[in-house]
Amino acid sequence: MNLAAAQVSIEPVAMMAPERAVWLAAGRDLRLGLRSRAELIQALVFLIIVVSLFPLAVGPESALLKRIASGVVWVAALLSVLLTLPRIFAADYADGTLEQLVMSPYPLPLIAAGKMLAHWLMSGLPLTLIAPLLGLQFGLEANELVVLVASLMLGTPILSMIGAIGAALTLGVRGGSILMALLVLPLYVPVLIFGSGAVEQSMVSIDYSANLSLLGAGLLLGALVVPFAVASALRISLD
Amino acid sequence: MTLAATGLTLSRGPRRLFSDLSFRLVPGQALVLRGANGSGKTTLLRVLAGLTVAEGGELRWHGERWTALCAGQRAASLYLGHANALKDELTAAENLAEALAFDGMVIAGSLQRQSLDNMGLAGRHHLPARRLSQGQKRRVGLARLALARKPLWLLDEPTNALDADGVALFSTVVAGHLQQGGMACVASHLPLSIAAPVLELVLSELPI
Repeated sequence: MNLAAAQVSIEPVAMMAPERAVWLAAGRDLRLGLRSRAELIQALVFLIIVVSLFPLAVGPESALLKRIASGVVWVAALLSVLLTLPRIFAADYADGTLEQLVMSPYPLPLIAAGKMLAHWLMSGLPLTLIAPLLGLQFGLEANELVVLVASLMLGTPILSMIGAIGAALTLGVRGGSILMALLVLPLYVPVLIFGSGAVEQSMVSIDYSANLSLLGAGLLLGALVVPFAVASALRISLD
Repeated sequence: MTLAATGLTLSRGPRRLFSDLSFRLVPGQALVLRGANGSGKTTLLRVLAGLTVAEGGELRWHGERWTALCAGQRAASLYLGHANALKDELTAAENLAEALAFDGMVIAGSLQRQSLDNMGLAGRHHLPARRLSQGQKRRVGLARLALARKPLWLLDEPTNALDADGVALFSTVVAGHLQQGGMACVASHLPLSIAAPVLELVLSELPI
């Protein structure tokens, strides 16, 4: 057997660009996500069903439905994202790949950022793209739909980031998914208020840009801070 | 290059796993950890990997102090734990490629395929990991060991689930690594035949 050819000498390897970690981690999770598409679709179907329950429950009065539309879509989006949060780290934790990611020479915050990006691409983004259809169900006008999509586009990445902190902190805890929901939902409140607030303001022709700006600011702040928080939480959870 | 541990101490709850544990490992040397179930072999390996923080003592790599999961430690060590760290959805070849990518290695696909062949996985490169047997999963880990250029190997029960042929392969891979000046820490309750200087460390129950 020729093992010698496969063995390479032990020398320190020149590190590649650290930012590659983001694309490596995102690419890996996207590939895994696309291999189990059923899970992706489940969260979307959940969103559609939850939103469709409201007209059935509160009756077909169009003025009332329009009044509650932004709140309903936002709450359903939030629950749908919550449903997908365990996917970020739980499987990696169970099969031991999370230890390998933590031990990777790449900076862990960047790996965490890549995983959050992949999570958003597979939960928040599809949800944002389907939101106009749900809004139509409630009789929202075109300009209101645009605001709804804009608020979700800015808000759902924040949901992924806050959720990732919760998911990382509750790894390996029994009953962790309930604990995670209790931990994460209160932190989702500001996003919910600014997001659905923007749509409501557009419905009564008030300037909604302040709400969207706040969401954008939250997104930027989160992108800077959250990867480090998640990295620390993962190290603690694995200890 | 040396790995020097001095005064490592760690308790789990009321139980002291090890206290004031010191050893020195030089290139070409293997440290074999022995001990009953629950005596702290895995925990010690995790301390060496940086995954678990010791309560006392320090690790030095070539004189440079390692804090848990510092850049130097992550660059130098490769840890194979109890779990195989394979994604069920990916094939054997994809799993190997992903693992090496996160190890910071760029290794040609042909070398990767050859390494899988060497480990007795010829014709199984494109099977999803969930279809591989436990021993075959271990062999994917061996292929990664043989390719990733890391000086310090931390292996937890690496021969579990391997057949006789697999154990022989493992010994060859470890011997090759040590010959090239690598180091290895191996926790095992099975006999290992490593053709190299071996330091044996027996962990025993400590009084509370």
